[in-house]
This record gives sequence, structure tokens and C-alpha cells, in this order.
Amino acid sequence: MAQSPHLRIALAGKPNSGKSSLFNQLTGLNQKTGNFPGVTVDKHIGYCQLNATTRAQIIDLPGTFSIYPRTLDEKIVSEILVDATGENYPDRVVLVADATNLKNCFLLLTQMVDLQIPTILALNMVDLAAQAGMEFDIAQLQKQLDVPVVMINARTGSGLDELKEKMAAPLPKSSLHVYEPDAELIPILDKIQAELHLKSRHAAFIVLQQWNQMNFLPDPKKKELQQLAHDIRFFPAKYQGAETVQRYGFIQGVLNAVTSKVADKEWKKNTYRLDRILTHKIWGYVIFLFILFSIFQSIFLIAQVPMDWIDQGFANLSSYLSGVFPDGPFFDLITQGIVPGIGGIVIFIPQIAILFAFISILEETGYMARVVFLMDKIMRKFGLNGKSVVPLISGWACAIPAIMATRTIDNWKDRLITIFVTPFMSCSARLPVFAIMVGLVVPANNLLWFINLQGVALMGLYLLGFVAALGTALIMKLWVKTTEKSYLLMEMPTYRTPKWSNVGYTILEKTNAFVFEAGKVILAISIVLWVLASYGPGDAMQQAEQRVTAQAQQNNWSAEDTERVLAAEQLENSYAGKLGKFIEPAIRPLGYDWKIGIALITSFAAREVFVGTVATIYSIGSTDDTATVKGRLKAEVNPETGGPRFTPAVGFSLLIFYTFAMQCMSTLAIVRRETKGWKWPVIQLAYMTGLAYLSALAVYQLMA
Amino acid sequence: MAPGETAVIAGFHDEELSVKLLEMGFLPGSSVRFNYAAPLGDPVCVTISGFDLSLRVSEAATIAILR
Repeated sequence: MAQSPHLRIALAGKPNSGKSSLFNQLTGLNQKTGNFPGVTVDKHIGYCQLNATTRAQIIDLPGTFSIYPRTLDEKIVSEILVDATGENYPDRVVLVADATNLKNCFLLLTQMVDLQIPTILALNMVDLAAQAGMEFDIAQLQKQLDVPVVMINARTGSGLDELKEKMAAPLPKSSLHVYEPDAELIPILDKIQAELHLKSRHAAFIVLQQWNQMNFLPDPKKKELQQLAHDIRFFPAKYQGAETVQRYGFIQGVLNAVTSKVADKEWKKNTYRLDRILTHKIWGYVIFLFILFSIFQSIFLIAQVPMDWIDQGFANLSSYLSGVFPDGPFFDLITQGIVPGIGGIVIFIPQIAILFAFISILEETGYMARVVFLMDKIMRKFGLNGKSVVPLISGWACAIPAIMATRTIDNWKDRLITIFVTPFMSCSARLPVFAIMVGLVVPANNLLWFINLQGVALMGLYLLGFVAALGTALIMKLWVKTTEKSYLLMEMPTYRTPKWSNVGYTILEKTNAFVFEAGKVILAISIVLWVLASYGPGDAMQQAEQRVTAQAQQNNWSAEDTERVLAAEQLENSYAGKLGKFIEPAIRPLGYDWKIGIALITSFAAREVFVGTVATIYSIGSTDDTATVKGRLKAEVNPETGGPRFTPAVGFSLLIFYTFAMQCMSTLAIVRRETKGWKWPVIQLAYMTGLAYLSALAVYQLMA
Repeated sequence: MAPGETAVIAGFHDEELSVKLLEMGFLPGSSVRFNYAAPLGDPVCVTISGFDLSLRVSEAATIAILR
């Protein structure tokens, strides 16, 4: 394989060792992110021209301390490195080591060597190590480990040419064997190795320990291994402990031989000084709240500017195209279905980009570990995790980037609960609905001289969503079962300035993932909804048109008025209108009529559509202007009672419904992507809609 | 242990967790320094062989120490 022009090279190493920086340096924009089959672990793959003749496929493995996995990410690593027949099995591995902390990094290195995968050791952060006063004898290190050693700086890119050269050159396996299993196990391991075509005895040893984690094994094989492990009374934990101690014994010997000076604590004094403030019992939270507030404000306000451009741009494109195209259902589909549908996807990009810029900076600087440190205890009470805080708060702006941000949570159960409850946080799309309904049913009186009653009601709705999120998390904590234990055990990295190109790559990667994976579902549903609202059964639509035209001629309506009434009539006679009437019996107990029913259906695409639909159905014309819509709704009369249609009971019932209901297909699409299937989005939709329905029912029945 | 104190690791009470702790460098015989606790008393930040990490009190409680 060594001479093959197409090499597969994996980057391995502990978290924070600079692996991703090296990956970005090697592959540049020539990278893409996919998923490992069956799990939601990002698979980063890129290509790199090592020299004139050799091109390499680079896989950036998730960061791990060893090949004994704790999390989903780490399971992937051990499976890839063990399964020699798998499609991701690397020809060679570049082990990225943090030079300031070689001891921890070498554990994984000795495991690679025992797996007999040809390995190159890339010593990263040698500049920091030098600052700390450490010195290494590289020649000695090379000799002791029998692997090529290259010093690099993954941030600046220095040392990369030498690394590429070594990556392309023929690379023999290291002659070293660090850990030998007990003698009585050896015949059993050799048999497993031969049967499964593994590359080393150590790989067989890992399979025997972790047969249930190895997805490449067929079920009967797993049963066989389970029986075998039982028969020879094989206890993985005992062996792993002994193995780790033995490896560290070896590592200490190597380090004693190659390091001439150990690190003094001085170089970390800035980190300790910062930690004293950033994890302070008062200032720590004040600063964290300030940072959260900045993120929230940026997503909410700064993103608004490009979002308005996108909104306007797509509206213009749509009307331009409908002017150019001839009439006909196919062109209508393009101008009114597809173009606005794509617009509905693109509109989220500013928020996603801004949130991930912040998150990436928090991770790059090392502050994210402190956030977890500060919040872990509080969040754990609710079945969440210190890392759930950022997604939850971001949910107040938009649930979509927030749910994508849960990937930083490595415990699956904690992550699932965070994904599940995030849509309860009142996002910015609920605001237009809230604004209209609160304005309609809550008097604008001042409670005290500066506290406005409408403001209090609005804040109450936000709080209500937050309480629902925490309450649901508590329920799920008891309900969702997991075999994966929740650990914290997390490195507190030294503070560093962020590397901006890494921030850029993160933004690109997340935006791409959203547009191309969730985008498909969003586009499909928005086209379906458009068809429902634009076409009706039989000739109901044509009849409506004829009726309105006749009326218009009789009463001498202006063209604008005619169009207004026509739009309302057409919506009433469309499939969406029929559906609205069909669900009327179900929503009547909540105080809604079929007109509100139509708005509920169309706003399933996105909550803010409620306003536009209500404007159309009450023939206000195509306006989103809150004051106009509000004024018209206020005057709407309920034909059964003769009183106003939007009584306080109906208004509050709607407010509560929109606080709890899922009403956002983009969120569903992203939940499907993040949980790898329709199971969780469907449960979430049912739960949230159910809760919304029952709460709105209770509110209406109590108030009416 | 109080913040700033150093102790020697003697062993572990939880076998499953001990593997993880060993991997992170908590080796019997090595010294561990308690740096500081989070504002609510949990988790805690410790230094082990020049490496800073945080762990929950419940996790730290599985480590037997000698002072």
C-alpha cells in the first residue's frame, strides 16, 4: 500500500491537541463533512496533495484519549482503527500530540503502535512547550518509539512540508510492542484475529473486550464473542486498568529519556489568573451572562439586517419571475412555491453563521470548558449538561442553529434532551404572533408608572416557554433510558486566542450542513403547503373567482378591493381552507373557528406565516403590518355571539398554543438530521402539539 | 481536600470509572493538586502531571488518596 498514489491517512489525538487546525491546514477548502453511518458523529474528510505524485484522503477522527470509548465519537474511533476490512480503515495514522502534555498523548500512540498501524508522531505546540521551559531530544524519541517524529505548528503551518513528506514516504510499522496480553489469552486472540481478518493481536484483544460496540460484526459473531468472553471469565475493566498502568509505565520511561527539563507552572499563570475571574462565584456568572446576552442580541438584531435583504431579495425575484414567465401552473410552482421555499431556507443562514461564529470562538479560546464548569451542577438537576446552556439560550433567537449546536454535547442522552426541549424556548418567529395577540387582548395600561401590562404579558410568555423546557427535561430525564453513563472528566485547556480560519471553516461547515441536509425537507414541505393553499378540490377555485368578479362588477369595486376579496375567497376554497374547516370541530373547544384553523395549518411552515394568513383570510390584503392587522381583527365579529371574534379568552388560548406548539417544519427537519431518523421529530411534534392543545383548551375553557 | 492542597493517589473505588481516570493520567502514586471548585461546589478543577481537568465531585470521590 505504501506506494499507492492514493493513501488514506487518519488524524488521531486527544481533544484540544490541534488536530482540527492541522486538518484545515492540510486540506483547506478541499474538505467536506458527512456522517458516519448510523450515528450522528461528524465525519470530516478532505484531500491533500502530499507531493507531485501522491494524493491522500485525510480523515479527521474525533478527539480521544484512548481507544477505549466513553462517547459515541470515541466508539467510532475504536471501530475504524480495529476493522481492517472497513471502508475507513486508514493506511497510516498521524498522531497529533500536544507537546506541553506528552504523557496523555502518548497513551493513544502506544495503542496505535500495538494495533500495528504505521504511525507518524506530529508534535504540535512545541512553541508553547518551549515557553514552558521544556526541551525534547527528538532523535532519542524517534529511536525509543521507532516512529518518525515531526515538529509542527498547526496554527502557523510551519513544519507542514516535512510532515507531508513523511506522510507520502514509505512508512514501515513500528517494531515496538508495548502491551502483551496474558499468555493464556494469546491462542484465543490469534484465532479471533484470523477469523475477522484483523491486522494485529491487539485489535483482537479490543474486539474481545468491546464486541457489543463493534457495528461491523454480524450479530451471530457478537453472540459467539459474548459466549467466549463469558466462558473464559474475561472482565474488560480489570484488563483495561492493568493495560493503562503498564502503558503509562512505558511512557514514563520514554519521557525520562527524552525530556531534559520538565515544565514549570509559570507558563500557565495567565490561565490561572483568568480562571480566578472567569470562574469566580459572582464575576464568573456575570461575565457568562454578558457573553450570552451578546450572542443573543447578535442573533436577534445583527442577523435581522441580512435577513431582511434575503426576504426582500426573494420577494423581488419571485415577482420579477412571475412578470417574465407566462401564466400556468408550472410557472406558478416556480415563482410562488419553489422560490419562496428556497428563500425560507436561505433566510436562516445569517443566524446560523453568527451563532456558530460565537460558539467556535468560545471553543477555540478554551472558554467553553469553563461554561460547562460553571453550569454543570445546575443543568444536571434537569437532566441536562453544562454544555446545554448555549443551545438553550440560543433557542430564544432561533431553534435551528441552537439544535445544531447541541453537537458539542458528547453524552447522547443529555444531547437528546437538549434537542427535545430547545424548541420550547420562544424563538424570534413567535414574536410577530405574540405582538398581534398581546396587542389585541392585553390593554396597554401601565401597571406601575413604568411597567407596561403588555410587556409583562410578553415576558410571561417567554418565561412560560422556559419553564416548559425545564419541566420537559425533568420528565425526559426519568423517561429516557441509556446505558451510556454520564461523565464530566474534561480537560480545562489553556486560554488561547482563537484561530480565525478555524472559525471560518466551522461557519462554512454548519451552513452547508443546514442548507443541504435540512433544506431538502423544508423545501418539500413548503411546496406541499403552497399547493394546499393555492389549489382546491374540483372547480371550487374557479367558482370563487367568478363569484367575486360578478360581485365586483355589481358593486363597482376597485381593482385592489377585488383582489383582496378574491384572495380571501380563494384561500377559503383551497385544500388548506377545506382542511381548516375539517379541523374546526377539533379546535372549536379552544375557541377557534375555521379561519384560525387555516392560519394554524399554513403557519406550520413557520409560525410568523400566521400573520400573513390571517391578513389574507380576513381580506386585509397582503400586508404584514401589525397595526393594520390588529385593527381589522379587533373589528371582526363572531356571528354566533354578536360580540368580538377575538375575545381575551380566544387571544390567550392562541398565545398559549403558539408558546408550546412545534409549528416549525425547519426545526423538525433539523431534529431529524441530528437524531438520524423520524422517531424523535415525530414524538416531539406530537408532544408539543398535544401540550399546546391541552393548555390552550384549559385556558379557553377557564376564561370563556 | 481544600483548594491548593496536594495528595497522592492510592487507588480507586469504582472499577469502571477507574479505567477512564487512569487514561487521563490519574495513576496510583502520582500526585494530584486540587485547584479550585466551581462556584456551586461542583465540579472541581484539579491538576495531574501538569494537566488541568475538571471532574464532578461524585467522580472525584471514587479516587482514594493519601495525604
